[in-house]
Amino acid sequence: MWEYTETVRDHFLHPRNAGVLEDANVIGEAGSLACGDALKLMLKVNEQGIIEDAKFQTFGCASAIASSSALTELIKGKHMDEAAKLTNKEIAEYLGGLPKEKMHCSVMGEEALEDAVRHWKGLPSKAHAEEGRLVCKCFGVTDLQIIKVAKENNLTTVEEVTDFIKAGGACGSCKDDIQSILDKLHSMEKPLQEIRPVPRMTNVQRMQKVMTIINEDIAPRLALDGGSIELVDVDGTTVVVALRGACSGCSASQLTLKNLVEKTLREQVDSAINVVEA
Amino acid sequence: MADVTDVIYLDNNATTRVAPEVVEAMLPAFGPLYGNASSMHTFGGQMGHYIATAREQVAGILGADPEEIIFTSCGSESDNAAWYSATETQPEKRHVITTKVEHSAVLAYGHYLEDKGYEVTWLGVDDKGQISLEELERAIRPDTALVSMMYANNETGTIFPIAKVAEIVKSHGVQLHVDAVQAVGKEVIDLSRLPIDYLALSGHKLHAPKGIGALYVRRGTRFRPYVKGGHQERGRRAGTENVPYIIGLGKACELAASNMEKERTQVAALRDRLQEGLLAAIPHCKINGDQAHRLPNTLNISFEAVEGEALLLQLDQYGICASSGSACTSGSLEPSHVLRAMGVPFNYAHGSVRFSLSRYNTGAEIERVIEVMPTIVSELRKISPFAAFLKK
Ligand SMILES: Cc1ncc(COP(=O)(O)O)c(C=O)c1O
Ligand code: FES
Repeated sequence: MWEYTETVRDHFLHPRNAGVLEDANVIGEAGSLACGDALKLMLKVNEQGIIEDAKFQTFGCASAIASSSALTELIKGKHMDEAAKLTNKEIAEYLGGLPKEKMHCSVMGEEALEDAVRHWKGLPSKAHAEEGRLVCKCFGVTDLQIIKVAKENNLTTVEEVTDFIKAGGACGSCKDDIQSILDKLHSMEKPLQEIRPVPRMTNVQRMQKVMTIINEDIAPRLALDGGSIELVDVDGTTVVVALRGACSGCSASQLTLKNLVEKTLREQVDSAINVVEA
Repeated sequence: MADVTDVIYLDNNATTRVAPEVVEAMLPAFGPLYGNASSMHTFGGQMGHYIATAREQVAGILGADPEEIIFTSCGSESDNAAWYSATETQPEKRHVITTKVEHSAVLAYGHYLEDKGYEVTWLGVDDKGQISLEELERAIRPDTALVSMMYANNETGTIFPIAKVAEIVKSHGVQLHVDAVQAVGKEVIDLSRLPIDYLALSGHKLHAPKGIGALYVRRGTRFRPYVKGGHQERGRRAGTENVPYIIGLGKACELAASNMEKERTQVAALRDRLQEGLLAAIPHCKINGDQAHRLPNTLNISFEAVEGEALLLQLDQYGICASSGSACTSGSLEPSHVLRAMGVPFNYAHGSVRFSLSRYNTGAEIERVIEVMPTIVSELRKISPFAAFLKK
């Protein structure tokens, strides 16, 4: 038997905002029948972008229902941009934690929300955008999804990835692939620890500078178009960023990357900088 | 914590309550009768009599000879020991046949042999969970060391046609192991007529404690001990005998033999009432398993568009204990291998609940389940995104 917290039990037995939202104008979906859990998030978003009401329908176990309930509670009354920042971690924390094998339920909440945000911005669902490379056929999980969840939750093993996003949990044939994605991810992180002396600027200094410029200069500009950017890594002169919101998956994202981000950083930090997307 | 007075226990295929008579029979062996049956002194040696009585009782329910019974630590060990012995004594034969719906104790041994270079034929099942005898016969080869098949399935209660299986397998001179863990005490098994070489049973499925089992090995079958060491069990299973539990298993088999009729009529009637009651009160359900060949105590039913774990936890609120083949209860992320092998569609496979009864259940308990289940299902369907697709 799973050890559920009192909060999880409470949200399962007395789900908040369960049912159909008749006047919903934004819908987000995640999961599928085949996967064993699915969530339909229904939002009523006003012209200012504030979530006036939220409801859900969930097919799944107790923690899937509780995560959906928590999700709606967490985002109600917020602006969509604000809500978009919600991560699966916060959902799990709101519930006082989930058994690790059940973390994928909180991830499903985050994914449904992401889907809703995309729709709100007039973008298609992720599945249609075909982002990333399909890694786990059984659960339809791409490399980008794995990288994202691994980063957000500091996952280091294949088992952890399975707990969070299911990939690898059925036939298991994708486990090696997941491992190599993790390996790559971590070999990318390692150089962060070593400070390699480079002329005039250390890696740490460069990183700080890049971070400041991204946060204070580039991000506000992207936000105007409903997008956001996150600094993932700086390795020597290679800057790894993740584009979110309207930017991610947008066909113009490569242009954004080169024209805006790379150009700005080259001008202000180092002419050798090369920007890549995570 | 919930105790026996306030639970409705319908999970007897997972484990059963130890019969009070069994507890009573075991107690002296936890107290004054602590001797070792192998000792030279009378005090220890007398334990041999208790073990002999238990062996007779176990043999009794199977129509076997006491000498054909080996006590083990559990059903899983019995299964493993049978596979071990059958393959070790016929090293030149590198092929084994079993089914896709076996208990993990058998599945895992099959996978282990595959890793060692054996070839394993995994027989599939139809939508009722039944095997095809023709397919079985076709799979038998000159190098087949063993056919291993369960008597009855723990999840669906589907009973395999073991008599016919035995006839086919023995006509080819191949050894046959039967995992009868779920069948003993519920189905009449007479090994004096059934040509089976190995048969596994487990105490905790028939009101003996957990951690005791037995393996039947037909006289004349070459045997290699799985647990090696001392000469206990006539050299067929080492380890100082678990005397209290052996006494308990013996007593439980004796009780099971005398309760068999009750199990097959009274318990079956309760199960049938539960099935009818649920089918009548709840739309969009489906019975999993072969209703014409099914354990008298087992009901596996799927509720479309809802998920099994959610159902179980709701039932738990009412003190009702059942289990599910849902992925979320297994930790494997995929619904039960049995339901998948049967081709149960996803919208049903995730929402299966297994009710398994025992002679301790009452009509009032069954009525209670029939009373609360419709609300539980309809509440969960209300919040299910798939409920809208249910046909009116
Ligand atoms: C069909 C079947 N075989 C084997 C076993 C294993 O028995 P035990 O729990 O005693 O190891 C079980 C019980 O879980 C079972 O249902
Ligand atoms: S492909 Fe990932 S578990 Fe099957």
